[in-house]
Amino acid sequence: MTTAKARTSLIRSGLMHLALIAYTALCLAPVVLIVINSMKSRAAIFSSPMSLPGPKTFDLIGFTTVINQGNFASYFSNSLIVTGTSIVAVLLFGAMAAFALSEYRFRGNTLMGLYLALGIMIPIRLGTIAILNIMVATRLVNTHLALILVYTAQGLPLAIFILSEFMHAVSSDLKNAARIDGLSEYAIFFKLVLPLTRPAIATVAVFTMIPIWNDLWFPLILAPGEATKTVTLGAQSFIGQYVTNWNAVLAALTLAILPVLVLYLAFSRQLIRGLTAGAVK
Amino acid sequence: MSDDEIAARPPRRWHIAVFLAPAVAVYTALMIVPLVDTLRLSLFTTVDNQSVFVGFTNFVTLFGDLRWSKSFWNALQNNVVFFIIHMMIQNPVGIALAAMLSVPRLKGRTFYRTAIFLPTMLSFVIVGFVWKLILSPIWGVAPGILGALGLKFLFGPWLGLESSALITLSLISVWQFVGIPMMLIYAALLAIPEEVIEAAELDGITGVGQFFKIKLPLVLPTVGIVSILTFVGNFNAFDLVYTAQGAMAGPNFSTDLLGTYLYRTFFGFQLQLGDQNMGATIATMMFLIILTGVMIYLFAIQTRMRRYQL
Repeated sequence: MTTAKARTSLIRSGLMHLALIAYTALCLAPVVLIVINSMKSRAAIFSSPMSLPGPKTFDLIGFTTVINQGNFASYFSNSLIVTGTSIVAVLLFGAMAAFALSEYRFRGNTLMGLYLALGIMIPIRLGTIAILNIMVATRLVNTHLALILVYTAQGLPLAIFILSEFMHAVSSDLKNAARIDGLSEYAIFFKLVLPLTRPAIATVAVFTMIPIWNDLWFPLILAPGEATKTVTLGAQSFIGQYVTNWNAVLAALTLAILPVLVLYLAFSRQLIRGLTAGAVK
Repeated sequence: MSDDEIAARPPRRWHIAVFLAPAVAVYTALMIVPLVDTLRLSLFTTVDNQSVFVGFTNFVTLFGDLRWSKSFWNALQNNVVFFIIHMMIQNPVGIALAAMLSVPRLKGRTFYRTAIFLPTMLSFVIVGFVWKLILSPIWGVAPGILGALGLKFLFGPWLGLESSALITLSLISVWQFVGIPMMLIYAALLAIPEEVIEAAELDGITGVGQFFKIKLPLVLPTVGIVSILTFVGNFNAFDLVYTAQGAMAGPNFSTDLLGTYLYRTFFGFQLQLGDQNMGATIATMMFLIILTGVMIYLFAIQTRMRRYQL
């Protein structure tokens, strides 16, 4: 009886691992396939796509083309500037607003919270036509600032929502003690509350970063110029242009994947902890 | 006004306004105002660079003029199919993966979790092109793999056929986003109190039966959240179609979604000039569709589930 039970549980766990390994392979294989083929000669890409690059097939011609023909260095720096500045703005403004909403009771508090939460469900893309009109009128088309402003507005609702949850949890005894010591409300926020909510802020930073870095819509519409192209748009237009040059296409994709992969592996614990903690609430 | 009265009034708390001002300003100027203005633009038309109020004429054109209505209904129908495929495949697969990952003492849990969530991190541009290459009959990777399994006869240029392009794209999108339901439902499963599980075990409810009878009902609110997130994401999707199939959403508009239709209308394509008022009209329809979905979720589904949970 017990051995039969143990055997069924062994079979069940074996089947489970089989299913999980199969699905994991389905997730990883396409990425691995692109990366290994980016380092092969054109003939090898077609004759043996599934094998690793060997001494005979190893060839970095694709990367040479990408580096010589594309502006990937400039695309990367554009993406870094836009994503970096937007995250700082979202976190700073978002944390300030979250603090105001969670710390003080004032008339219209709930209403303000609801107003700011609208953007969680309604995508900012629906206002694109008017956003472009604003950017044209203020001559901000093809500038980093246009993207930064839009992404800040896009990231704020969720950031405020998550951060107010966490700021509620900061002990009010601590804040009142600081008030008695004569600290201003600003000092309480910057010196006390902000450092205490650092883990939550890191989580929000990762959440905010992914959709901004990966966005194609707004760079395409607001900043399509060569000088302000982000990596996502740059890769899109480069690949579209070199579509028959398989070496270059595979190398461009690999260059677009690698930074995301490195960042993801570095921050995956943080991200997954944030995702799971957020859902429990 | 006497000094007493001034003293009795609470001091104005300017710091609240200072804390709120930057967020409210950016959010209002770039999110709320453009959204309202887009809704307003749908009631206007442009004649000789002058905006003229025309009431609901644009909507009458969108639904009454066959050139417009055919494309609109086509895009809407494709969008509904896109959403249904997500709901039928992404969520069940996500739930199944989460259920397996939440089994106690599972070896390699972190590895599985990290690997399965990886595609969600990649941009649509990467995902679109990666799959376009893999499914390409020129490269032959997909027919090669199917051939190894003895299923080569199944292969076709799926992204290039009118009958299969939309389903293929939906499945690619599912591949990318399964990580989100998996992760959220996994977290919800971990949050189920130990006592509930113990009580179920005492009553002899274990294994698969326990999952369907005890755990799944308890994580239904999370399934609801995942569904509304999927709904909103699907009904303003654009990037994947644009990357894999181009702005024309080929072949023959069979992968056209509301997002790509909006883009083409606003910017123009081939011989048709861009039209910001008709673009705004389509954006307004998308707004109404998303709003309806969110309302149904908030009022019908969420309240009922809360009650159920109690």
